Amino acid sequence: MTSSEVRVEIARRVAAQLEPGQYVNLGIGIPTLVADVLGDDSGIVFHSENGLLGMRGLREGEVPDPELVDAGKRPVALEPGGAFFDQSLSFAMIRGGYIDVAVLGAFEVSPAGDLASWSLGEGQANGVGGAMDLAAGAKRVWVTMLHRGSTGAAKLVPACRYPVTAHGVVDLIFTELGVFAPAGDTFRVVSLAPGVTREDLGDEIDARLYTFENEESPVR
Amino acid sequence: MNKTVTLADAFSGVEDGATVLIAGFGDAGYPFELVDALAETTLTGLTLVSNNAGHTSSGVLRLLRERRIDRIVCSYPIRNEPTLAEALAANELQLDIVPQGTLAERLRAGGAGIPAFFTPTAAGTALGEGKEVRDFDGVACVMETALRGDIALVKATIADRGGNLHYRAASQNFNPVMAMSGRVTIAQAREVVEVGELDPSSIHTPGIFVDRIVQAGAHT
Repeated sequence: MTSSEVRVEIARRVAAQLEPGQYVNLGIGIPTLVADVLGDDSGIVFHSENGLLGMRGLREGEVPDPELVDAGKRPVALEPGGAFFDQSLSFAMIRGGYIDVAVLGAFEVSPAGDLASWSLGEGQANGVGGAMDLAAGAKRVWVTMLHRGSTGAAKLVPACRYPVTAHGVVDLIFTELGVFAPAGDTFRVVSLAPGVTREDLGDEIDARLYTFENEESPVR
Repeated sequence: MNKTVTLADAFSGVEDGATVLIAGFGDAGYPFELVDALAETTLTGLTLVSNNAGHTSSGVLRLLRERRIDRIVCSYPIRNEPTLAEALAANELQLDIVPQGTLAERLRAGGAGIPAFFTPTAAGTALGEGKEVRDFDGVACVMETALRGDIALVKATIADRGGNLHYRAASQNFNPVMAMSGRVTIAQAREVVEVGELDPSSIHTPGIFVDRIVQAGAHT
């Protein structure tokens, strides 16, 4: 698989877990692909923190409207039943617990559910945007990311080395290797991707970070 | 009542060292003409509060180049903007990163007469450091203080001469909260109508929050 196919595959795995009627906020990157995979008739209402509910991607031939953009400032469109509102109300929806699922990218996640997604450390003029509000406020926080960084280092780590976005908030992690749930001291393996084995999770030391609830863990 | 002024008079009485709120999210709802007019003044030593720093508005870039901005409070700096990077590298600009929802709520609180509030956003993170932390129902929350501007620059789609504002589509974003929290709020609108011509139900920002109205901006 090419890297873009891998990313779509991760998005597909997230899409399979979402249900019609849910209010969902998608971060930038792989999360955005979730809406593409789902298509227009999913029944899921997408929230964008700059003040939209019922957002969808532009269709071929639709003219971009500079006053209708998503959180990544890309032109989007509104589904029937959608709404516009201001920043204060938008983040009231987030912190108030009205967003069923926030799907976010990450640099690292720990078994405690700590999320590091906004900064690579000192000396970086990093932006946080709405990531901390979403991480602290959404009912469920799902992370999508490649299992390893460009240097090969695992991004599922015993403790986050990068500055955290929020502590103890991540419910599920979707990578090209499978779906994982932070479970305190280890990551519970919810499912492994087709063809992926325990050995693919890393050497013996890495493998200690994972627990298999059931050796016949369902393969998705 | 007639609050309309010319672009040239928009900044009369504003002093050096002012805190300037600039609304908008990306280009949507961004008061380009007012920011350009601010750059045309001699005002210096400014603090800018805006969701994005280094937004590619010519006015902000000019203010940065001329080192007339001491501090920017934002949620997401545009890191690859060279003018911003130069000012930061020269240590001539302080950059304060605030989570987007916290920024919106600090502004709302400032306009609403609420001096401070507690939020779970940023608790236990680098952005919560040095702030009072309290537990509410087992959730750690940081105290955030209200944020006010000496002036607020906002952009409406339609204004009436009394200062009532209507925003189209997703151009609301930071405009309503900044209009509230500016001690002097200057609104630009591409269409300015007579008092009584706006449907009262369509008014997002009542004129009580708005001091000056400038007719400016192209039709989008």
